[in-house]
Amino acid sequence: MSAPTVKARRKWLPGFATAAIWSIASVALFAGIWEFCWYMRWANPMLMPPPHMFLQDVLYVGKLFDKSTRLGNPSDIEIVLTILKTVGATTMRVIIGLIAGLVVSLAVGMAIRYSPLFGKLVMPVINLLAPVSPIGWLPVAMLIFGLGDAPAIFLVYIALFFIMTLATLSLIDRLPSSYVQSARIMGASRLQIFVLVILPAILPGLFVVLRINLFAALMIVLIAESVGVGGGLGLVVIIARNTFDAQLAFFTMFIIGAVGFVLDIALRQIQRRVLYWQA
Amino acid sequence: MSDVSNATTAPDGAPAISCKSVGKIWGMGTDRAVEALKDFSLDVGQNEFVVLLGPSGCGKSTLLYLIAGLEDLTAGAIEGHGVTVTGPDSDRSLIFQESSLYPWLSVVENVSFGLKLRGMAKGKRRKVAERLLVDVGLGGFESKRPDELSGGMRQRAAVARALAMEPSVLLMDEPFAALDVQTRTKLQDFLIQIWRDSGASVLFVTHHIDEAMALADRVVVFTARPGTIKSIVPIDLPRPRDPRDPELHALRDHLIDLLADEVDRAFAEQEQIADKDKIRA
Repeated sequence: MSAPTVKARRKWLPGFATAAIWSIASVALFAGIWEFCWYMRWANPMLMPPPHMFLQDVLYVGKLFDKSTRLGNPSDIEIVLTILKTVGATTMRVIIGLIAGLVVSLAVGMAIRYSPLFGKLVMPVINLLAPVSPIGWLPVAMLIFGLGDAPAIFLVYIALFFIMTLATLSLIDRLPSSYVQSARIMGASRLQIFVLVILPAILPGLFVVLRINLFAALMIVLIAESVGVGGGLGLVVIIARNTFDAQLAFFTMFIIGAVGFVLDIALRQIQRRVLYWQA
Repeated sequence: MSDVSNATTAPDGAPAISCKSVGKIWGMGTDRAVEALKDFSLDVGQNEFVVLLGPSGCGKSTLLYLIAGLEDLTAGAIEGHGVTVTGPDSDRSLIFQESSLYPWLSVVENVSFGLKLRGMAKGKRRKVAERLLVDVGLGGFESKRPDELSGGMRQRAAVARALAMEPSVLLMDEPFAALDVQTRTKLQDFLIQIWRDSGASVLFVTHHIDEAMALADRVVVFTARPGTIKSIVPIDLPRPRDPRDPELHALRDHLIDLLADEVDRAFAEQEQIADKDKIRA
């Protein structure tokens, strides 16, 4: 008899509020244990500074984010702008890499199924290159693209391309055959079938694959930045390592986590609002 | 009654569908070749309602796909209004067991999809689709998405989509098999109405004897695989037919007898295949 009560209570709060409360509780518990360990002097604040320590001194850590602010005597606003610029650089690289990965693998995957000849020519190479870790591509990326955004974006793209091309193929192959057959009966040409039927039919599934690979994309950007393609949060991580600055390291980890969290929510919203149907 | 433009272009007296010694072997030339259809000959008249009845896997769906032009036959020939079938054509519309509506389109966009392919202007094709949706009892559901409809409503929408192409032949592959009994009976009545109004010929696949009796002018009973005609049973009773009608009782017994042998044969064959697989393993 307790079921109706539970239902009635749920109506009090909308779903997202309940989810938010649990998220806060979860983070608070984790941070609380950490703070407790610091308070009990079990954790050395030089090595494991608790959240309130590495989060409070934004201006100190922010100053270390970039060469220009590190050496000079920047104003507070300049420091905050530097943090935002660094976060923005990393985020843009991830987003552009994701878009490139999605668009190109979708195009290549559909071309492989559209033209059997193209498929026969391309598939063996894709299968050969798919197992190569994006790290293996890193020197290539820097040789071809030099420093800056391009090699980082290229690595995100490479990390996604093979997985998503293979996912595109598998999604096309698993479509209900009646989708294509009814289009054929209604007089659709092969091109029309691919553009008007297969493309919308596989988009939601492909977007799920994209979301799953978001965190891999974020990781690969940090790795690229940490070996010095120029700027970004990955570079800050390496600065923290080289200067043994635990406060900077944890602050950066916090920012990276937050970026990933926000990107995931954004992708989920796109999925829910734009790609609402199930393949 | 007949507003089917395609039918008028046919040679006079040619049947809507004519199957001439049709055979189909799946995977021909391989060691896994399966003969699905053998020496199947049947003429379907204009505005005739023919039900194909048989055990599962007897090739009745295969025949439908061949007539639709979605698969190539391996023997014989199929003609639609005297013209050899070489590929799919919107004059022969196929309705699938599970609705093949596109989930990313609204109901009205689904129904007008074929008209869009034909290049009909947006406003005009929307009008046609809306009228058809009213005809199939889905007025007011234009902007719903397929997954917001019940199974029965989805099949109505699928019928509307087929009718939008003004086909002279409706091919239906167990279209009501996934529906509950009450919905199924409702949709059978609905289909009879549609069939009368459209003037199209219907080829309807089922393995339900009661469904066959409710709908058919002629019931074509299949043999087990390879499928061919075991018997053709004409039903000359007015519709709607009452399942309690004594005439239908006798007919049902007759159809049950015809089917029973074939179901036994189909089972025996399946067991044989299973035994073979066991020996192989």
